[in-house]
Amino acid sequence: MNLLDRVANLGRAAIELVTGFGSAGLMLWGAIARKPRAKGFPLFVKQLYVVGVQSMVLIFVSGLFIGMVLALQGYNILVGFGTEESLGPMVALSLLRELGPVVTALLFAGRAGSALTAEIGLMKSTEQLSSLEMMAIDPLRQIIAPRFWAGVVSLPLLALIFTAVGIYGGHIVGVEWKGIDSGSFWSILQASVEWRQDIVNCLIKSLVFAVVVTWIALYRGYQVIPNPEGISKATTQTVVQSSLAVLALDFLLTALMFGR
Amino acid sequence: MLTRKIEVLVGLFILSGLAAFLVLVFNVANVEVKANGSNYTLYAKFSNIGGLKVRSPVKVGGVVVGRVSEINLDPTELVPVVKLSMDKRFNQFPETSSLSILTSGLLGEQFLGLTPGFIDDDIAMLVDGDRIDDTHSALVLEELIGQFLYSASKD
Repeated sequence: MNLLDRVANLGRAAIELVTGFGSAGLMLWGAIARKPRAKGFPLFVKQLYVVGVQSMVLIFVSGLFIGMVLALQGYNILVGFGTEESLGPMVALSLLRELGPVVTALLFAGRAGSALTAEIGLMKSTEQLSSLEMMAIDPLRQIIAPRFWAGVVSLPLLALIFTAVGIYGGHIVGVEWKGIDSGSFWSILQASVEWRQDIVNCLIKSLVFAVVVTWIALYRGYQVIPNPEGISKATTQTVVQSSLAVLALDFLLTALMFGR
Repeated sequence: MLTRKIEVLVGLFILSGLAAFLVLVFNVANVEVKANGSNYTLYAKFSNIGGLKVRSPVKVGGVVVGRVSEINLDPTELVPVVKLSMDKRFNQFPETSSLSILTSGLLGEQFLGLTPGFIDDDIAMLVDGDRIDDTHSALVLEELIGQFLYSASKD
């Protein structure tokens, strides 16, 4: 029987995994596959404030420091080859292609994703979601949809802010501190960054991460075990799972975009 | 009013996101907004283009006057044909001009250097679709070393 039990456990795990994907998909479908209403717009704006505006300081400061650190480390290596002018493209391309979307998504998962999970988890635990249903208000539409769209809109904007601020951080260290010529910093940078290859791919990446991170956060909150322990577990799971998903998807997207 | 404050802050958030986007597009990627028909095309044949790439600049005395828009192989002569997209503002090059593939710095990117030729009564200016015949190919380091070793071993 022992062997059979193990096989059964494996089967149960597989079924739970597939059911999880299915119910996550159903939740998202129920939330977004609706005709948008004018009444939903204030809710969306409110969530844009919670998810986007409140993450801005964090994104701004970390973008600045990551840009500055990249420039400092890059300078120390490049100066050995006498090519410290290439600092501009190094900072700009690593921010645009990788660090901008990825670090923003990771910070977003920690700052906004965990908050979303905890908020919805608490709503579920205190049966606010069921009360909404009792009043014939669809919680998917009222609670999940505005948060999802707010996340999808905010994260690409935050990634753009992060990248732009990071490049200026690199400029501060490279030009103001280390004394690289400002003209050659910008001109080599501009010659090597391309619209389609770098900026559009940066936007595609951050959009994919936005959907994934927000989706995981909302689903974890929606499926919470309604007690304090469940909420804390769900919040942790949001951060862990969305970070792993972002890193794995980043490799996949990079291989598709730059692998050739 | 709290909602008013939220609306203003969200508006500022979206504006700063758009500002970051515009900075990235116009200041970092340096996308040039150009009207149609502001370019004309020239062709040039080389025997070896080295590391020349599409979008490599064409420079006259260091000033960018155009870019490489296409690189192909001539099917009969089997030599590379480079298509240049030149800025309309710089259209006063005589047909005696020469093109050479140069390298910026010791290990830098390769670009095309255009040297304007002499102007005489019977020399026309280069116009759209013309071919520049006087071309100098890229210096390939391996060939130079090979030649040097060959000439050194003869002594």
